[in-house]
Amino acid sequence: MSDRQQFATFFLGDSYFGVEVERVQEILRSQEMTPVPLSSPVVRGLINLRGQIVTAIDLRRQLGLPARTDARPLMNVVVRSSGGGVSLLVDDIGDVVEAEESSFERPPDTLDDDAQKMIRGVHKLNERLMHVLDTEGVLIGFSEAQS
Amino acid sequence: MVSADGMDDIVKEFIVESTENLDQLDRDLISLEKNPTSKELLGSIFRAVHTVKGTTGFLGYTHLESVAHVGENLLSRLREGALALSPPITSGLLAMVDAVRTMLASIEKTGSDGDSDYAPLIEILTQLQAQEPDSKSQDSQATNTSTICAAEQEKPQATIVPDIAEEDRDEPLPLGQILVEGGQVKADQLASVLNQQREGDPRRVGEILVARGMVHPEEVLEALQVQTEGATSNLSSNNIRVDVGQLDKLMNLVGELVLARNQILQFSTTQQDSTFLNTTQRLSLITTELQEGVMKTRMQPIENVWGKFPRLVRDLALACGKRVQVEMEGKDTELDKTILEAIKDPLTHLIRNAVDHGIECPSQREAAGKSVEGRLFLRAYHEGGQVNIEISDDGAGIDLVAVKSKAVERGLIPQEQAARISEREAYQLIFLPGFSTAQKVTNVSGRGVGMDVVKTNIEKIGGMVDLQSAAGLGTTVKIKIPLTLAIIPALIVTCGGERYAIPQVSLLELVRLEGNGARHGIESVHGAPVYRLRGNLLSLVYLNRELHFDSAAAQNSAQQDVVNIAVLQADDCQFGLIVDEVNDTEEIVVKPLGELLKGLSVYTGATIMGDGRVALILDVLGLAQHAGVISEVRQRKISEDITSAAERAQERKTLLLFQSPDDGRMAIFLSDVTRLETFSRSSIERTGKQQVVQYRGTILPLVHVSSLLEEHRLQPRGPSPETDDKVQVIVHTQNRRSVGLVVERILDIVEDDLATRRPVSREGVLGSFVVQGKVTEILDVDGIIRVQDPTFFEPEQLLTGVAS
Repeated sequence: MSDRQQFATFFLGDSYFGVEVERVQEILRSQEMTPVPLSSPVVRGLINLRGQIVTAIDLRRQLGLPARTDARPLMNVVVRSSGGGVSLLVDDIGDVVEAEESSFERPPDTLDDDAQKMIRGVHKLNERLMHVLDTEGVLIGFSEAQS
Repeated sequence: MVSADGMDDIVKEFIVESTENLDQLDRDLISLEKNPTSKELLGSIFRAVHTVKGTTGFLGYTHLESVAHVGENLLSRLREGALALSPPITSGLLAMVDAVRTMLASIEKTGSDGDSDYAPLIEILTQLQAQEPDSKSQDSQATNTSTICAAEQEKPQATIVPDIAEEDRDEPLPLGQILVEGGQVKADQLASVLNQQREGDPRRVGEILVARGMVHPEEVLEALQVQTEGATSNLSSNNIRVDVGQLDKLMNLVGELVLARNQILQFSTTQQDSTFLNTTQRLSLITTELQEGVMKTRMQPIENVWGKFPRLVRDLALACGKRVQVEMEGKDTELDKTILEAIKDPLTHLIRNAVDHGIECPSQREAAGKSVEGRLFLRAYHEGGQVNIEISDDGAGIDLVAVKSKAVERGLIPQEQAARISEREAYQLIFLPGFSTAQKVTNVSGRGVGMDVVKTNIEKIGGMVDLQSAAGLGTTVKIKIPLTLAIIPALIVTCGGERYAIPQVSLLELVRLEGNGARHGIESVHGAPVYRLRGNLLSLVYLNRELHFDSAAAQNSAQQDVVNIAVLQADDCQFGLIVDEVNDTEEIVVKPLGELLKGLSVYTGATIMGDGRVALILDVLGLAQHAGVISEVRQRKISEDITSAAERAQERKTLLLFQSPDDGRMAIFLSDVTRLETFSRSSIERTGKQQVVQYRGTILPLVHVSSLLEEHRLQPRGPSPETDDKVQVIVHTQNRRSVGLVVERILDIVEDDLATRRPVSREGVLGSFVVQGKVTEILDVDGIIRVQDPTFFEPEQLLTGVAS
């Protein structure tokens, strides 16, 4: 257990991301969203998750990736965070993968500062690189962007 | 000894119980100071300390025990009359209570009663004990008997009483103890009797005491009765302790249930099946009752917070060398636990301010011709679904000149504005952040330490703070807060295709402009849109513009044929919010917004609508600030408001004025009004003789005010063929039942002190008053409902009868 870890994975365009499974509350198909006027553009809206109100954020935008061009519905990766439930909007959901600690590497220094906070590093999987997303980092980055 | 990590249930129970006991002790000690001879109070204080001491000894907390022990000794001397209560003794005892409290907190945290040595405190308490009774205030016979045995008494007292108590903890109090506490028997007498028993006397304590002539047989009988009563009316059989977390969970579930119910109700409108509709109806009623029931479990009397104030005031007054008397009214006014928690600090702050800065020193008071003792008056009462709390003092009041100059000095307002602003707005300066950072301010202004914090905290829970003061006469701070935060009635409006909820407490009325009115009703003052509402200009705010919906849509809505204005109250100002559509009123469950959206002041939270989608709840105050209406309107309102503070301090009632059938003016207390509704005449149905209308999932009986007043009763008016096909109805709810009062026309809402009155003029009327310069009759709501439906009040009375 100490050197192997499970990740829930998803895609943003061609990039492959993973979040530790224990941080993920659930994964949902596209949900009806209520927009929040005056909020940061990263906030896409509010979702009713069985009575719990979850803030959906546009992960692409937060990571500085280009906006999607097609109209396919986005998937929700609902993660637990200190400030209540937050849903990360992503393009596609991948499998749950297991990665060994030995395959982990810190992000290259060339990554810009904002991204450094949100991407903890990469796992060098056989077929591709998996970005390890720091969910708290994503949200901290968010509050800074908002203020 | 209990280990630090494994705090078991006994200890937990002990801490909870003792904490409650200590709070009671504080209160009792303060009352005792006012009434030093009360045997009852002394007895209750002694018992409380004794219980704490006994239990701590049993659990092995030695520090705690030793402190409680000296306290108990001191109290026993007081109880015997060997000592007279003096302020130093009260302070000493209060210090002991504090020490015990600190140690309890330490036990709760670390499992041990800490290492702090309370030797100085113990020393003080022991010294106090040794003091000779004050011969002036002590009656002589008590002194004679008790000083003699005082010396020997200390020891037996300490060893015997715990013995009795610990022998049978769960049993009713031993007879001997009851007699000792009642003062009929001396502790040393009891000790010798108990010794006699131990040495083999088979008789009971009471028998021996009577035989020895130490006590009258009747007194023993009395004590026996106390004993049996104590055994049967055990409180614990009627009460259980419930974890607040458990209640919160329950509350959340009920919230969910309300949502599900709303969803079903919405669905049921498309259904024909009568069984389904009936069941839905029942479900709806039961849900409402359940919701109210659960909410009640969370209600606590305001006394839980107030109870600490007499102690606080005493300590503060002593420290400032003042004399202050606290009076309370409406101690049992109930509030939701979360709200109670939230107002604790602001209230404490206000009390502190009142004693520290409001009430003057005795010499100053005397010079001003007031009684030496200052008066602090706390009052709480329910009004129109809200709780009002007033804190008044009869101190020096607020020096407005000083306040203004301070505000200028602090750069809060420019000099020229300071000269212009009215009295009322000057008071509001105190609430500005940054008004009082320096200590000097408190000396000069007399008030205002951290008042901005008080205001923010109260507003956070949807409340309002108002301050009135009259120089030389005192200051009153008035707080209005909602009963509960979890479920609130709200108006649902649509704007930009999305629904928003506006809390009903902020909603004053709805205005709908159509046709010509819509095109020309909205005028502008130098670009700012306004509407003439009954002769006064009402600032308007376009919700879509505030929320930055795209301007094309905003332009469109400005040229529509219909304009919906929700007249809202934010702080002490009114403004009109223009929305695209007004949907309905609904009970909504307030859910907090996530951490990520906390920074947005225009929303207080979100709720889930009947269709399962999320809607945002507007924060009316935040919205008003966002739109910039607040400061501007406030000033205008203030300039209109020329009534002096002293006048305003009088009792004022809020009335809803309406036109009576014979074209006179009538009114009903706004506190009796649950809601104002308009129904179309076609929606009125009949069950038997009763006119009813379907209303929010229930059947609302209608009562025509016209048909109830004496001279009209013979010719009751049904839905007459009037040109207007709408009826205006005042919904009045009592004991969970509602009735709709059909009135001709609603005129206005006014506040009045109802000074000029004439006795009852006719049936169904409480009396005539002069309101706004016109004679107005006030409707006797209970009376006319009783005439119309004598059973209206009955079922509930039956229910309460059973419950109590």
